[in-house]
Amino acid sequence: MAEFLTTGPGIALIIVAQCLAVIAFVMISLLFLVYGDRKIWAAVQMRRGPNVVGAWGLLQTVADALKYVVKEIVIPAGADKTVFMLAPMLAFVLALISWAVIPFNDTWVLADLNVAVLYVFAIGSLEVYGVIMGGWASNSKYPFLGSLRSAAQMISYEVSIGLIIIGVIISTGSLNFGDIVRAQDGNLGLFNWYWLPHLPMVFLFFISALAETNRPPFDLPEAESELVAGYQVEYSSTPFLLFMAGEYIAIFLMCALITLLFFGGWLSPIPGVADGALWMVGKMAVFFFLFAMVKAIVPRYRYDQLMRLGWKVFLPLSLAWVVIVAFLAQYQVLGGFWARWAVGG
Amino acid sequence: MGFADFAFYLFAITVVTAGLFVVVSRNPVHSVLWLILAFLSSAGLFVLLGAEFVAMLMIIVYVGAVAVLFLFVVMMLDVDFAELRGELAKFVPLAGLIGVILLMELALVFGVWQGADNAADLRDAVAPALEDTQNTAALGQLIYTKYIYLFQAAGLILLVAMIGAIVLTLRHREDVKRQNILSQIYRDPAEQMELKNVKPGQGL
Repeated sequence: MAEFLTTGPGIALIIVAQCLAVIAFVMISLLFLVYGDRKIWAAVQMRRGPNVVGAWGLLQTVADALKYVVKEIVIPAGADKTVFMLAPMLAFVLALISWAVIPFNDTWVLADLNVAVLYVFAIGSLEVYGVIMGGWASNSKYPFLGSLRSAAQMISYEVSIGLIIIGVIISTGSLNFGDIVRAQDGNLGLFNWYWLPHLPMVFLFFISALAETNRPPFDLPEAESELVAGYQVEYSSTPFLLFMAGEYIAIFLMCALITLLFFGGWLSPIPGVADGALWMVGKMAVFFFLFAMVKAIVPRYRYDQLMRLGWKVFLPLSLAWVVIVAFLAQYQVLGGFWARWAVGG
Repeated sequence: MGFADFAFYLFAITVVTAGLFVVVSRNPVHSVLWLILAFLSSAGLFVLLGAEFVAMLMIIVYVGAVAVLFLFVVMMLDVDFAELRGELAKFVPLAGLIGVILLMELALVFGVWQGADNAADLRDAVAPALEDTQNTAALGQLIYTKYIYLFQAAGLILLVAMIGAIVLTLRHREDVKRQNILSQIYRDPAEQMELKNVKPGQGL
């Protein structure tokens, strides 16, 4: 058996098994994230939230997913059938494949790419196509308006997310997530992480992540008071389920990104306590809680305000921060606080 | 045939097929979608070459930004493409002629192409050794350290082009009502409104 695993088919088998493990983790988390999202939202509004299916309503998402799957797929007349069906699949698959480079622990990663950060960024820039294609192929006004909004919004905030990530890359000297996390290791626990040297950018990244994933208060592509449900209006059944799942997976990915870039990934916050994947998952859960709280508390932005914030506030700030970090890192201010590659931390 | 060969043929055939469909598909939005597929497959070819940084840039710049703009424009344009296609037959001979001339020129150029004897040495002199640097770092050293002035000059040219485009299209129209964000932010509640105590049954 051990010998078989070193041959070609054996290695392929191992890789497939690893992929399935990551997908299983993401999908099972997804079930409880949707449930948690609704529970938190309900708690803020002093409702009970889902509490009927399963103990404390834990299986509500399973029931919902089943309901979507067994319903009929309605394709509107005049829709472009191929593109209409391709869009939700694209949205779902693209959201999933980014997880290939996310490490959960030291060496616990599917593909240890040198350009992992760029890979996630590239896949993220593709995600807009699911939305545009869905909105266009529906051949209907509201979906089209929703998809136009979404495309402009996602492109705008991608720019500032990219610039913020560049700051972290300058500090690390590598595009590999493993290297980025290892550069945050040190004797001081959580004070070694990048949130401290890159403090202002943590907030900008969080807000940009909200906009990038079309999450409230920036959920204008599907603003129900203006566009019914934006690009998803004409979707029903499994295609709708794929869109929604893709959206939640993208949100969860953003939680993972914040954790890796600024909050030390799998590193333990307290010096002396063992590092591990549990820290990683725990931190991701905390950030998902923040995402859910923002959804519950903050009212929706107006579209022109959103664009103004992206281009006139976030872009100059993040661009200036790249220049500042470049100087701080090059001249090793504060003993290489911003230049971890230099001090070998 | 190893896995790399298989992947190469897969990507290469996809690029060519997608390129063909960009030209022949009836719907312009489909054309752009095929174009995106062509870009993605050429990114795959770059990965096979070991240039993963260029591949990622290809996806981010071409697929993530340029093609989105194409798609935007094509979706919003109200052009009757069926009519345009009707006139296609008129231009086929001309287009064919241009294509043949281009092909001949390329053949002429590559037929007599001669590299300098020391070309490889010149390249090696500036490129960092790929054994101990990743290609991202190597590119960075070349662009930002070795050729920084050329790179900056290219950037300046682009900046001038950008400013030119903005200057050409920017018009200040007086008859349009605009929002002044700053004046809205700096409005003082004390000056903008007055609180009056209205006694019941009296009014102001």
